[in-house]
Amino acid sequence: MTRLLLQRIGLGLLSLWVISALLFFATNLLPGDVAAALLGQQATPASLARLRAVLGLDQPAWLRYLHWLRGLLHGDLGVSLASGRSVASELLPRLGNTLLLASLAGAVAVPLAVGLGLLCAMHEGGLVDRLASLLCVFTISLPEFFLGYLLIGLFAIQLGWLPSLAIINPGMTLPGRLAAVTLPTCTLVLVVLAHMLRMTRASVLSVMAAPYVEMAYLKGLKTSTVILRHALPNAAAPIIAVVTMNLGYLVVGVVVVEVVFVYPGAGQLMVDAVAKRDLPLVQACGLIFAAIYIALNVVADVLALYANPRLRHAS
Amino acid sequence: MAQSARMPLSVVVGTGIVVLMVGGALLAPWIAPYHEAQFIGGVWDLPSATSWLGTDNDGRDMFTRLLFGTRTTVSIAALATAIALSIGVSLGFLVAAVGGWLDALLSRAVDVLLAMPVLISALIVLSVLGTSTPVLIGTLGLLEATRVYFVARAVARSVGGLPFVQVARVRGEGLAWIIGRELLPNALPPLIAEGGLRFCFIFLFIASLSFLGLGVQPPTADLGSMVRENAQAINFGLFAPLYPAAAIGLLTVGVNLIVDWLLALHARPTGHGIEL
Repeated sequence: MTRLLLQRIGLGLLSLWVISALLFFATNLLPGDVAAALLGQQATPASLARLRAVLGLDQPAWLRYLHWLRGLLHGDLGVSLASGRSVASELLPRLGNTLLLASLAGAVAVPLAVGLGLLCAMHEGGLVDRLASLLCVFTISLPEFFLGYLLIGLFAIQLGWLPSLAIINPGMTLPGRLAAVTLPTCTLVLVVLAHMLRMTRASVLSVMAAPYVEMAYLKGLKTSTVILRHALPNAAAPIIAVVTMNLGYLVVGVVVVEVVFVYPGAGQLMVDAVAKRDLPLVQACGLIFAAIYIALNVVADVLALYANPRLRHAS
Repeated sequence: MAQSARMPLSVVVGTGIVVLMVGGALLAPWIAPYHEAQFIGGVWDLPSATSWLGTDNDGRDMFTRLLFGTRTTVSIAALATAIALSIGVSLGFLVAAVGGWLDALLSRAVDVLLAMPVLISALIVLSVLGTSTPVLIGTLGLLEATRVYFVARAVARSVGGLPFVQVARVRGEGLAWIIGRELLPNALPPLIAEGGLRFCFIFLFIASLSFLGLGVQPPTADLGSMVRENAQAINFGLFAPLYPAAAIGLLTVGVNLIVDWLLALHARPTGHGIEL
């Protein structure tokens, strides 16, 4: 078990390293020169050469990659081209805000989706099941910004219950922060709910067709006992996989939701950096989002191993 | 059409939505009441007899802009889907037919690309290449091709294990015959469903990028940037940003309804797929 665990973590680190190389070389080798983009119309050959030297662009790419990687390992993410401040000081406070929003949404969405999915599986074809599947079709098809503006229009403008913009200041109290992030959290919950709910329902129902479940019914157990004690443990692996996949999606879906609610998070920072072509900031944001995504996948693998002993002995 | 008698209501609704919206988009220059960039009133006028959905943030007719916006977004999504499907399906089928080291190499390479969220990859490419429509189409097509690749590979492998493909191999048919005449016709239904799903995904993706200001650039009307331009109206209790957003959702619902039916048909336990 320990060996498998270390193997998964090692694989995660390996793919993170490959991603870091890919990210660095993609942003350096693709046509389009940072120095030329920065100077724009005012570029003269002399000023271009000077800026290239300042940015270190006159060194070979592999050397710059090693410098960048060493900086990363020491917590130095480089300097933002647009603001001149260190990337870490721009990114870290905003990353905290993003993680707050994503974890709140996850804490609400995961129990709700799994619970509703189980409820739907228990009463297949019933009223709850049909209502939930209708809700799923709509929330899967609607873009995040539609849900976001719909909630703003309804709860912030028409009813006036909650603030429409999720502006967060360092001095805010906890209740104030929670009120500010309620609407973005609800939007994110709606965005990820459907997929998890459908998957929970489908994997429980597919296990329900197995002979041992029929046996459990035949010996006179109640439906809820059969589902919770017999079907759920075997359905756990795909549910865990889809839950973590959606948590990963939360980290990304948060980008659009942050822009809708003008929330000062890492997603909005990255969008601004892309618009300004601030490459060090884009690289750092991309790497952090990829790292969170990969970490979630590793956690999913490990949890699935714990949930289903058969996976531990797969060849 | 023996199928049409058993076609459920959801498919009829879905087809209706898709035909109406795509038809409206294609015919936009002829059926739109005004010109795409014509100013006809004040900022965010309420709906009236002369402009059915009111005006947008520049006093242009919302309904006209919706028609043209759908046209732009649907065309870009269709082109990117075509690129994703052709690259993904040909590579997926090739490795399924050849196997061996090519399969291992390509699949690992695609695995690495999949380890990063698509939106993040797209943002990184756009930050380097800048935002223009060809870059947008190419980037989305290539990124989504990685998703199509795995589906095509899985489908082709499951079909490739069937006896008639082995008979063709034993008969000494070439690679082109096996892919084109044996694998492809039998893999079409799931691939068409996958194409529909990819279209939805790319369509939403372009809308999101344009909404973020990184997709289609003004003054071209496109659904995502229309949401962005009209976003402030929501603070005055107006629905202006919801119209383009709803148009995006409506088309996606329509395509999804059709795709669900296609997938259910294919997965039917009796084993007979749809005749195409």
